[in-house]
This record gives sequence, structure tokens and C-alpha cells, in this order.
Amino acid sequence: MLKSKTFVKKTRSGGVMKIVREHYLRDDIWCGSEFCVECKQESPVLQKDACIESNLCSSTHYLIPDTNLVLHQLDILEDPLIRNVIILQTVLQEVRHRSAPVYKRMKDIIHDAEKHFYVFTNEHHRETFIEREQAESANDRNDRAIRVAAKWYSEHLKRAPQAEELQIVLLTNDRGNKEKADESGLVVYKCEEYIKSLTANPELVDRLALTSDDQNEITSSKILFPEHLPLSRIQAGIKSSTLLQGIFRASRDNYLEATVFVHGEGDESTEVLIQGLQNLNRAVYQDVVAVELLPRNQWVAPSSVVLQDEGPKDEDKEEESENMLKCEVSEAMLKPTGKVVGIIKRNWRPFCGMLFKSQIKEATRHLFTPADRRIPRIRIETRQAAALEGQRIMVAIDGWPKHSRYPNGHFVRNLGSAGDKETETEVLLLEHDVPHQAFSQAVLSFLPKMPWAITEEDMKKREDLRHLCVCSVDPPGCTDIDDTLHCQDLDNGNLEVGVHIADVSHFIRPGNALDQEAASRGTTVYLCERRIDMVPELLSSNLCSLRSNVERFAFSCIWEINHNAEILSTRFTKSVINSKASLTYAEAQMRIDDAHMNDDITKSLRGLNKLAKILKKRRIEGGALTLSSPEVRFHIDSETHDPIDLQTKELKETNSMVEEFMLLANISVAQKIYDEFSECALLRKHPAPPPSNYDILNKAAKSKDIVIHTDSAKALADSLDEAKVDGFTYFNTLLRILATRCMMQAVYFCSGMDSDFHHYGLASPIYTHFTSPIRRYSDIIVHRLLAVAIGADTTYPDLMDKHKQSTLCNNLNYRHKMAQYAQRASVAFHTQLFFKSRGNLNEDGFILFVRKNAIIVLIPKFGLEGTVFFESKDKANPRLTFDEEGPTLTVENHAFHMFDKVKVTISLDASKIQHQKIRMALIEPVIPGVSVAPPEDGPEAKKAKLDR
Amino acid sequence: MAGLELLSDQGYRVDGRKPSELRKVQARMGVFAQADGSAYIEQGNTKALAVVYGPHEVRGSRSRTLHDRAVINCQYSMATFSTAERKRRPHGDRKSSEMSLHLKQTFEAAVLTQLYPRSQIDIYVKILQSDGGNYSACVNAATLAVIDAGIPMRDYVCACSAGFVEDTPLADLCHAEESGGGTSLALALLPRGGQIALLQMDARLHQDHLDTLIEAAMTACKGLSDVLDSVVRQHLQEVSVLTRDLGVCFSASPCISVRKPPALYLL
Repeated sequence: MLKSKTFVKKTRSGGVMKIVREHYLRDDIWCGSEFCVECKQESPVLQKDACIESNLCSSTHYLIPDTNLVLHQLDILEDPLIRNVIILQTVLQEVRHRSAPVYKRMKDIIHDAEKHFYVFTNEHHRETFIEREQAESANDRNDRAIRVAAKWYSEHLKRAPQAEELQIVLLTNDRGNKEKADESGLVVYKCEEYIKSLTANPELVDRLALTSDDQNEITSSKILFPEHLPLSRIQAGIKSSTLLQGIFRASRDNYLEATVFVHGEGDESTEVLIQGLQNLNRAVYQDVVAVELLPRNQWVAPSSVVLQDEGPKDEDKEEESENMLKCEVSEAMLKPTGKVVGIIKRNWRPFCGMLFKSQIKEATRHLFTPADRRIPRIRIETRQAAALEGQRIMVAIDGWPKHSRYPNGHFVRNLGSAGDKETETEVLLLEHDVPHQAFSQAVLSFLPKMPWAITEEDMKKREDLRHLCVCSVDPPGCTDIDDTLHCQDLDNGNLEVGVHIADVSHFIRPGNALDQEAASRGTTVYLCERRIDMVPELLSSNLCSLRSNVERFAFSCIWEINHNAEILSTRFTKSVINSKASLTYAEAQMRIDDAHMNDDITKSLRGLNKLAKILKKRRIEGGALTLSSPEVRFHIDSETHDPIDLQTKELKETNSMVEEFMLLANISVAQKIYDEFSECALLRKHPAPPPSNYDILNKAAKSKDIVIHTDSAKALADSLDEAKVDGFTYFNTLLRILATRCMMQAVYFCSGMDSDFHHYGLASPIYTHFTSPIRRYSDIIVHRLLAVAIGADTTYPDLMDKHKQSTLCNNLNYRHKMAQYAQRASVAFHTQLFFKSRGNLNEDGFILFVRKNAIIVLIPKFGLEGTVFFESKDKANPRLTFDEEGPTLTVENHAFHMFDKVKVTISLDASKIQHQKIRMALIEPVIPGVSVAPPEDGPEAKKAKLDR
Repeated sequence: MAGLELLSDQGYRVDGRKPSELRKVQARMGVFAQADGSAYIEQGNTKALAVVYGPHEVRGSRSRTLHDRAVINCQYSMATFSTAERKRRPHGDRKSSEMSLHLKQTFEAAVLTQLYPRSQIDIYVKILQSDGGNYSACVNAATLAVIDAGIPMRDYVCACSAGFVEDTPLADLCHAEESGGGTSLALALLPRGGQIALLQMDARLHQDHLDTLIEAAMTACKGLSDVLDSVVRQHLQEVSVLTRDLGVCFSASPCISVRKPPALYLL
């Protein structure tokens, strides 16, 4: 049957267009139930024994949720208990329009065979399609469509044998809809009613999202926040540029301050400063918001105060802290300041954190403190507060009404007890969105069958390089070896240098489940005591890993190089190699230095080392930057897995030797794949930072009367080399650490989608990642491109599609960023564990930044950064004078400058299990009433002092 | 807001069809009396009218005359009211000229032009309403009109478009699917021999997918040819009733030549 669908639509240019679409109605859409005999379906989804124990409907029943229920109570639907649900096409389409993340989750549930969710295409079914009536709103029409479909289901299944008991239950929270459904004789419940009736599973109630009805009771009627503007006015405002659209970024250090990053055209991106609760107006970190700029006379400067929300408190106190933000500053420091007037898109996800139990024992409403400090506290309702105390839990935000100080949310799941190593690792993986579940059977099924051996056929396609004296140099304990090197003399006096990379793309074929999983994970994540693999262990630590004395597949990049390290020719080939030795950096260094050793491996290493030095020199002359960031390594107790020692990573000559050749290989490959595929090569670029990024660095250098030139990478590199202060050897490293923070993130991109390829840090016109395919997915793609370029493999559709390539790049960039954050978080957590076992330590440190009420200190020995506060609640504050220009902070009579050497005592503040953190307190210079005595006087006394 | 979901997980397209299903086709032959042949076709909401004049002697410049076969002259146009927004220029723009050229190539491959040396066959097609697959509607209408004119052809020429969405080939695209991004391929087929008269695709498509896409388009063309065949047969029946079974000749030989019964002129 044919229906024509006619509707009018407003076009982008403002005109009104009539759109006519065909709409076919079918009679071959089946109901999907095991009961039904009429429908000719092959594998029904809805089960016969669809019973959830409930007070309301004791027999078997299928659930039909309406759109709002799916949007707001998805956590309930995701629960394994809820099964046999009919999702109507109307609902699914509405969800798709309203919220992409919910739609994505919904689709995941539908694909999960265990859940028995069936999608009924009611809009194309002859008996359930309805037309919109005169003067009926689109929403009303959809509600009616849902009721019609529910009605059809109950009548349809009544005819089926053995289905007398079966009920179709419509779930809706909409009062009007419920009444109408009642009238037409449907079984209909409100979501709360139904969930509360599930006698066997009371814990589900906690996962209910709070709906608007409940909110009134929770909060006082006093309106705290201004109303948000409706979307239509926001759009009009953005168009007429009275409003700005941007991404809301809460400050980590100050809960009353945030910036909104406004994406302008070209380089015109600006940041708008937002200060004060009223102006923040219920925006949450990462939301897309509309901001209105305040008049110029109300502009303020970003405050340097470190402020943390300490939980519920009186209004006047709040005002007090808001006043603290205000201070007299020079005109130049003022930043564009604005206020949030509306939310364009919420970017809420479930947050990990801990319950902050209400003081009243019987209370069911509690505050939840997220682990991420940029997220406000969330009010949740739970009956199991006692059980959840001291546990890490996940909570989702439901809404933030204008009369509530905190957003309302609901409990999602319990992760385990806080402070526990497993729980904390889980938390940091979840918080950084690192996929870490075990590989599924589908993924594992694409692994090669063991025992695996190289066949004749493989040998035919590959160059046999087993005779070469190849070796690998890696950090100790490395099991996923993806690069090996060799160097040998040629008859014509030149050298042949080869970089052999594990041929992962031979095992991971495009498009299969293994490939998709690797693409979605993007990278292997290295935590302090755990590695979250991108590919299953069989590949990462065995078949792909280029271990010594086994034959392995490799992708080789072989150069002919003369003794001046000039490349004469480059070739790429798939090969079979047999590594002669797996060395650590230290072992390799020893071989090079030991004059008695003269075997092939050592000779090869010496050749490589010599070339690497020339290459490095040339690269640095070309303007490549050597930056520094303190990295630490933990010595981990083999039994308890607790860190027992901490040391900063040491760099040996061999580190840079390996690095040099990897860079060379990456650049060669980048050029090759770009020449071959100018539209779809996957490359990596590092944009030059905008000049304003260098402000901190310049200011810092000026304080020591040193001028840093930042107009080009070369100038920066040179002035960093020259920046030295007598008797202060660590100064240069400190400057480099600061310079590192000025840099932009390097990103992957698809060559067809961008025109700027330059890698600023390496001063290379083109760059990509080729050398670590075991731990980076980008390298797998690059391998595939290169394999096609040399005719060793065939292309496949997605590889040649620049849009798909570019989406993939976005995911890889995101995963890499998150992996980095997760790594840092893991180091921070292990540092805490270390100090927990150590008690207090006195260490020397340097001031890295000076803030209005605190200094940030770097301890070179541990690569640890911490904040020393000069204010506290329980005692009189010292006299603080802050000078923005220096910047200096004068406490009583002592002025703190950047780079000043201080002595601090480090301890673990365990007073709050919510956020255990490293506390630093000043020992030297001694300022009465501010600094603490060295901790000989026993830990107890000191701890009291340290607590704020 | 997300764009249109062209193919749902349940395997339904925006308008409710399955990937390989065609739109509803309705056609009539002999809609105008003055022309030598004419036909009207509806493929879903795409409606096209085709009119054939000839074979007649070459008009205009004599230099175009071919000594061994007939010249085929095609003109494609779209009615100003055929699209959602009123079209400014109904014919003669770059797109229409290209389409005219494609039609010409298609019918040069199908019509037995060598039977009419030094003559000309005019095919005029007009899109009355456009909802995707304009080329295929034109070809199908023109085929019927040529048959109606009694000009012998090697076979029906059936055309159909096909697109590629989420690794699934979709047959007979509607406007929403054509403009929703992705590739679209137009194919004209002589169904009996399986020869391709014209194949046209502008977008990029990986070579691995090409075969499945062509396969889907060919299946769709064959489906269409069945429909067209039944239209022709029904038309003949109607005509033969009108002419009281006088002088109707119809052969189902590979070379179709449905001569217009002379008696028809008398009516």
C-alpha cells in the first residue's frame, strides 16, 4: 500500500519548502514473538517465558517504553534484568533526533542478543501507521502512534495460542498519554510504579532517574539561577552575534570559574571567562553553551585563587568566596568575561566518584562527589547509602533545575571500595573512557591458529632477511617488541641500515571484528602496573613481537646511507627476519662502550650509534626541539604490587639512537604514502603554538633576565640552549618543562582533509607513525597504505575513503589523549601509594608557578608536582600580596618568585578518602606561622597542621 | 540533528522499502495522437513523458546526415514545476545537455538505426515531477515511446539507479537517498542479452564494491523490464481490441518490432 507523506520544511536560507516523500506500508513486518504463529518470522526475538517478577503484572509481559522513558531512564533499560522489550520505530527515530549518545546506547542494547529487545517497524506496518490529524502536534501524533502499536500488539498476540496470559505493558511517564491509553484499554504504568513493583530486585529503584515531579520536593523553592534561554532565541542570538557558542570548560582549580572556548573562523578562536555561580548558570564541564559577553567595565581577570567546593554551606560563605575572586588588576589583564545564558547541548556521561553521605542517618538523598574536580557535586537518591559509603560508584546526571544548588542524578553502579588498587584502576580507566574489557570471542576468533608457523607460501611473498644481524633495543621488561634494527657495511663503502617493524597488518585483516576492536581501542594504554592491550596478547607478546631467535614477519625499511648519514636510496619490503638479540637500552649501551666486544651485533650497534649522532645533530640544526618532561618509573614489589621505589627515567645514548632511526623511518614512510595517496594518507602533524601560549615561558625567563625567542622552532631551540644560570643547573630543565606546556597537541589527520602538514616539534615537513603497530592503530593503517604502495597488498574501500579516514583519525586522537591522561592519573595514584607506605619525606623542589594564594612546586627527584597553600580555614591567614607582573607572591615578608628553591615536606593526606592527595607543606624558607617544622616531631602533630 | 537514516538496522529504507525493492511503476503508452510514439511513466513520485517523432528525413543542417544509419536526436527537459523549488531554466543547462547526450548514447546502442539510413529519429523526454532516478525514468519512458512508434530495437532498454549505503546496495533511489550522500550509479541494460547500454557514476566508490553495485542495478533493471513488457502487452491487447484484431503483428523474436497497426490512424 502506498501513502504519500507531505510536509513543509524550512530550508537553511529561510525559505519554506514543501517536501513530498513516498511512504510504503507493508504487511510483511512481523511481531517478533515466540508465541505468534501467524507471522512468518525466522528467529523471533521476544521470548515465551518473558517474566520479570512484579507485583503489578504477575504473568508474562512485554514492555513498550515511550520516547521520554528511553531518553531519561536508559539506565533502567540497560539493566540485565529488563528483557523482552518492544522498541517502536517511532520511539527510536525520536530518540535519534533528540540525543545521539542515547541512540548509540539504545542500539547497543538492541544488538545484545541477551536482552531480547525487538524493534518493531510500526511506521511502515499497514495496521499501525497513522496519519497526523488536523491540529495535532507532532508529539501527540507520535504518542498516538505508540498507543496504536501497543494496541495492535495486544490484539495480535491475543490470537496466538498459549498467549492468554501474555500482557503488553506500555510504560510512560506522561500523564496525558497514560490517561488516553487507559481509556483505550491498554495496560499502562508509570515507570516508577513498575520498577517499584519489581519485588525481587529493589536495587533497581536507585537507578531511576529523577523526573520533574520529584524535583520540587528536594529543593527549596528559592530560585538560585537565572532561566536558560529557549533554543530558538539562542539560535537567533548566535546568528546576530549577540551570543557566542562555545564549549564550557570548568577550571580544575576553582569551582567558581570557567572558560568557554569559542571556535571562531580561522585563528579567531577566543576564550570567554565566566566567574561566579550565577554566571556559570548550571553549565557542566564539556557542555556546548551560549554565552553573552558582559559590558567591558565588568570584565575581570582570571583569578589565581585555588578554590574547591567544600560541600553544602551557607549562602553568605559562598558570597565570601566569590568576593575573593575579585581583585584589583591592571587593565591589560582583563579578559573578555561573560555569562552563560543557555545550554545548546549537554555532554553528560556517567561520572565516577564517591558518596558524600548526608548527616541525617535516615536520609535517602545524598551528595555525590565526582572524581573529576571539574564536575559539580550531584544530588542522588539512594536507600543503600550505608552500603555505598567508602565505595567508588558511578552516577549519571538527570537534570539541573533552576532552584537547586546541585544537579540531580541517579546511581548507576558500584565499582568497589575506594583506595583499593583494582577499583582505582577501574575508576581511572572509566573516567578516561579507555575500553578495557577482555577481548570478545568474536575478536579472538580472528587470531591465527596455534601452533603457528611460517609457510612456504609466505616465504615466496616476502624477502628473506633472516641472515641479517638484526637486534632490538627496548626498555627493560618489554614484551611487545615492535622495532628492530640492523646496520652492515656494503661493498661500495656505504652502509646499509634497516628498520624492521612487526608486520601486524598481516595478522589483522581489514574489516573483521579484530580490526574493528583495535580501531576502536586505538592504542595500548600503559599504566604503572598494567598494560591494556590494543590487540590480544597472542599477537602483541608473541606472534607480532620481534623476539630474539625466532622467525617473525616484518615490514622493513632499508636505506643505503653513506658515512655522512646522507640517504642515497630507500626501499620498503615485507620480510622475514630472525632477531639475534633483544637488548635493553642499558645492555646496548654497555656493548657499545665495551671495547672488548667486537661481535656482529656490537659492530652493528656502533655503526647505528655513529649515524644517529650525525642525524640528531642535523635535525637539531634544522630546528627540532628537545623538550623535557619529568617522567618517573616505579619499582614495583613483585608480590604486593605496591610501588617500593620511585625514580625519574634516565635517558641513555641508545634511547636517542633508536629514536633517531624511528624518526627517519617515519619520515621516509610518510613521504612515500603521501606521494602514492595524496588524498588518503594518514599523517601526523604538530601545529605551531600561537604566540600567546609562550606568555608563561617569557615571563618566567624574564625573571632571570633571559630572553626567549619564540618566533620559530629554531629560535626557540637555540634560546633554550643558551638559557643558563650559573650555579643553577636544573634551570634549563625547568625552562624546557615550561616550554613543553606551551606546545600544542600533535594530531593524526588525513592528507586529503588538511593542507598544513608541518611537524613543529620535529621540524619536519611531513611525518607519520609507522614504527609501533603493536601498540598504535595509526601505524597499522600506515602499514596497509605502504603495503598497497609497494604492491604487497590490496586496498579496501575504507582505506581509500578520506571521510572515513578522517573519522578514524578523530577517534585515534581522542584515544591517544585519553590514554595519556590515564597514564598520568595512574602515575599520580601510584605516587600516592608510594607516599602512603613511606610516610613523610622532606625534599628540595623548585617553584614552577606562583598563584594568588599558593605556589606550585616541582620535586625533581620524583618528577612530582604539588601545591603549597598559604591559606586555611581554621587559622588566621598570613598576609599575602600577589603581584601579577612578576609574578611574585609575598607571604608575610618573604617573596616567592618562579624557580625559587624551596624545601617541602610531602605526605599523603588521607583525611578525605574522597580525594586522597599528596600534600606539600613548606619547610624552608622558614616563615613563622606558615612553614612547618621538619617532621621529626612525629607524624600525628604534623598531619593536623597539614589538614585544611 | 542527525541526518536521515537511509537504511535502518531492520533493513528498511526511509520510504519503507527493502534494499532491493523497486518503487511502484505505472506506465501508459500512446498518450498523444499527433506524435509517432509516446509514453508516460511513473516510478514512485518521478513522472516522465516521452514523445518520439520519426524516422523522418533529416531536418536542419544536411551535414548531420549519416549514410548508413539513422541519426538519433534526444532532448531532455524538466518542467519548471517538477522540483520542490521552481526551476528557472527548464532545459538547455549543462545538466540537461549532459542528460540528453546520455539518452542519445543509450538509444544509439538499442535502436536498430541501420534500418533507416539518412533519416532521423527524435526523442523528446520531459520530467514532470522529479523524485530521484530521472535518467532511468526517461530511458524507460523513451523505450515505451519508441516501441509505441514502431521503431525496431534490439531489446527493451531498461534503466535503473542504484546506490551504496552501509555496505548494502540500494536499488532505485528516491530523491532523499540520492541527495543523502553516498554513491549513485545509473545503468541502462538490454535485459535479454545482459548487455549494458550505458553505465554512469560520478561519485567515488571502491573497486571491491563495484561488482555488487552493478549486480544490484542489473537485477533491478531486469525487474523493470518485466514490468515494461507487461505494459507493452497490455497496451497491445487494448489496441487490438480497438482495431478488432485487424492487422496486428506482434513477434516475440529477439528483435522487437511492434508496428503500429495502420488501422489505428483511421480511428
